[in-house]
Amino acid sequence: MGGNRLCLLRKLPCWRGSAEMAEQSSFQNSIIYLDGVTVDYDGFKALNNLTFMVDYKELRVVIGPNGAGKTTLLDVICGKTKAASGRVVFGRDVDLKGKHEDEIVALGIGRKFQAPSVYGFLSVWENLDLSLKRSSKGVFATLFGKSTADERVRIEKNLETIGLKDYAHTRAGSLSHGQKQWLEIGMVILQDPSLLLVDEPVAGMTDEETEQTGQLLQSLAEKQAIIVIEHDMEFVRQIARVVTVLHEGTVICEGSVEKVQADDRVREIYLGRQKVAH
Amino acid sequence: MSDGTADKNRSGGMAFWAVGAILLVVMPLLNILPPEDSWFHLSDFSLNRFGKFLAFGILALGLDLIWGYTGILSLGQGVFFGLGAYCMGMHLMLTIGKESVYGTEMPDFMVWNQVKELPLFWKPFYSFPVAVIGSILVPMAFALVFGFFAFRSRIKGVYFAIITQALALVAWLVFNRNDTNLGGTNGLTDFKQVIGYRLSEPSTQLVLYIITVLCLGASYLFCQWIIRSRAGRVLVAVRDSEKRVVFSGYTPANYKLFVFVVAAALAGLAGMLYAPQVGIITPAQIGVLPSLEMVIWVAVGGRASLAGAVLGAVSVNYGRSVLTNYFPELWPFILGGLFVLVVLLFPDGLIGMMRKAKSLLSRSKPDGGKPVVPAEKAAVLEGKR
Repeated sequence: MGGNRLCLLRKLPCWRGSAEMAEQSSFQNSIIYLDGVTVDYDGFKALNNLTFMVDYKELRVVIGPNGAGKTTLLDVICGKTKAASGRVVFGRDVDLKGKHEDEIVALGIGRKFQAPSVYGFLSVWENLDLSLKRSSKGVFATLFGKSTADERVRIEKNLETIGLKDYAHTRAGSLSHGQKQWLEIGMVILQDPSLLLVDEPVAGMTDEETEQTGQLLQSLAEKQAIIVIEHDMEFVRQIARVVTVLHEGTVICEGSVEKVQADDRVREIYLGRQKVAH
Repeated sequence: MSDGTADKNRSGGMAFWAVGAILLVVMPLLNILPPEDSWFHLSDFSLNRFGKFLAFGILALGLDLIWGYTGILSLGQGVFFGLGAYCMGMHLMLTIGKESVYGTEMPDFMVWNQVKELPLFWKPFYSFPVAVIGSILVPMAFALVFGFFAFRSRIKGVYFAIITQALALVAWLVFNRNDTNLGGTNGLTDFKQVIGYRLSEPSTQLVLYIITVLCLGASYLFCQWIIRSRAGRVLVAVRDSEKRVVFSGYTPANYKLFVFVVAAALAGLAGMLYAPQVGIITPAQIGVLPSLEMVIWVAVGGRASLAGAVLGAVSVNYGRSVLTNYFPELWPFILGGLFVLVVLLFPDGLIGMMRKAKSLLSRSKPDGGKPVVPAEKAAVLEGKR
C-alpha cells in the first residue's frame, strides 16, 4: 500500500489534498482519515478543508511553518479541538467527531504533547503506572485496584525502553528535560495506542538524545502508526519515510524527504524561510 | 529506594499511634487523675476546647484532599461544616423539650417567631440516628449536586474558588433568615442533652472528646488509604497536569467530584462533632470568613500532608483562642499576616519546616542517625503546646 502511494506521488509530485484522491486510495486501509476537515478559530482557518490519511504501522512526519496547522491537526484527531466541518475516521469506520478526549484515548489514540507534560510530584514509576492501559479508569476501579505482576513487568520493560531504569523512584519533576520527554513517550506507549501522536519530541534535546529518540520512534513504528510533528530537519531526515507538508491548513506536498525538499512550492513556502542544510 | 519508602511509612505509622495514644489516653488521664490545682491537671475547659480543635482537624483533612492533593481551592467548606452542625443542632434543639425557656416542646426561637407548628423538615431530626447520618449525608448530597454541575462545566482554578465563595455567602444569607426556621442570626443553642446524657456534665464532654479523637483517627486513616491508592495518585496527577490525565484515559471531572464529596462528608462530620461540644452553631461559623480561615489552617499546617492539615487546624485555632484573650481586635490581622508569611516564606507550612529541620539535623550528625523523636510526632506535640 505504501509503495502504491509513493508511485502515485511520483506521478503527481505536488499533491493538493482532495477528497476523491483519498477515496481512491481506499481509506479502508488507513488508521486515520481526515476528510475535508476545517477548523475555524473566529474566522482564522487553522485547518482548511484538509484531507489527510495515515496507514497502519506507518511513521508519518508532518512539517510546515509556524501556524500551518500542525498541532491543530493532532488536536482534531485526539478530540481536543472540534472540527467545524468534515469527517475524522479512525480505523475502518469509527467517527471521532463529537467524541470526548478520554473516549478517543480508550479507542487507542495516544498523544504526546509538545512541552513535556508529566506528573512532576509523582515518581517515574507512578507516572507509568497511571498511564498503563486498564479495563477501567473510573474512580472506584482505581480506588480498589492493585497492580498485577504482569503490569509490573510491563512497566519494568518500558523503563528499559525509555532508558529510565535507574530513575524508577525519582520524582518526575526532577528529571532533565530530555528524560521528561522520554518519560512522556513511555507513558503514551503503555496506553497501547494503535495510533501515536507525537508533537515535537526532540525539542530541547541534545544530539545524542535526539538520535536515540529517533531510534525509539522507528522501533515503535513496527507495531503502531505514528504521526510526528517536527521542526528539526536533521531529525526528520533520520526517521521520515513519508513527509507531509502543511501550509495554511492544507496539504501542500507529500512524499519522501528528498522529494519534498526538491519541491518548488515547498521551498518557496517553507524551506525558503528556514534555510535547511543539505 | 523502596526500602526507604517502607521505612518512612513505618515511622509515619509509629507517629500516628504515638499521637493517637497521647490524644486518647494521656490527655483524658491528665484531665481525670491529677488534682485540680496540680500543674499537670488538664481542665475540663481545655479538654473540651481541644476536642473542638480536633473536630476542625477532621474538616482540614478533607480540605487538604481537595486543595492540597488535587489542587482545587474550595472556599465553601464552611457550608458543608454548617450543614453537618445544623443537622446535629436540630436534633439537640428538639431534645431540649420542656426545659426550654418558654417551656414548650417547640424550640424557643420558633415560639419567639410565632411559628405555630414544627416545620416538616425538622421532624426527622427527632431521631438521633437520622441526625448522625444526616449530618454526613446532607453535605455529601449537596456537594454531589453542586460539584456535578461545576465540574461538568469544567469550572476550575480561581473560578471554582469564586463560585464556592459565592456558595458560602448564599448559605450564610439563607441560614440568617428567620423564615428559613433555622434560628436566624442566633442560630441553634441552649442544648441540654444528647441521647439522655447532660451536655453540662464533664463526663459527657469527655466522651464526646474521645469520640472526636476516634473519628479523627478513622478519618485520617481513610484519607491515607485514598492517598495511597491509585486513585490518590490520579488526584495528584490532576493537580500536576490535568491535560495529561485526560489523555491517559481518565475523566478528571469524576475524580474531582469524588474528592469534593469526600471533603464535604468530612466537613459535615466535623460539624456534627462541633455542635454538642461547643453548644452553639450560628451562621457566623459557616459563612465566607470561616471558610477562608479553614483554608489558612491547611496552608499553615502544610498542604498535601495529612498530618500537616490536622496540625494546622489545631495550632491556628489554639493560637486564636490564646491570642483573642489578649488582643481580640488584632486577631484578624495576625491571621492574615500569618497567611501571607506562610505563603511567602514557608510554602510547605509547619510540616515542611519540620521536615527541613529534620533533614538538617540528620545531616549535621556525623553518623547520619535519625533524631530520636520522629518529626511528625514532634510536630504534633509542638503544635499542641
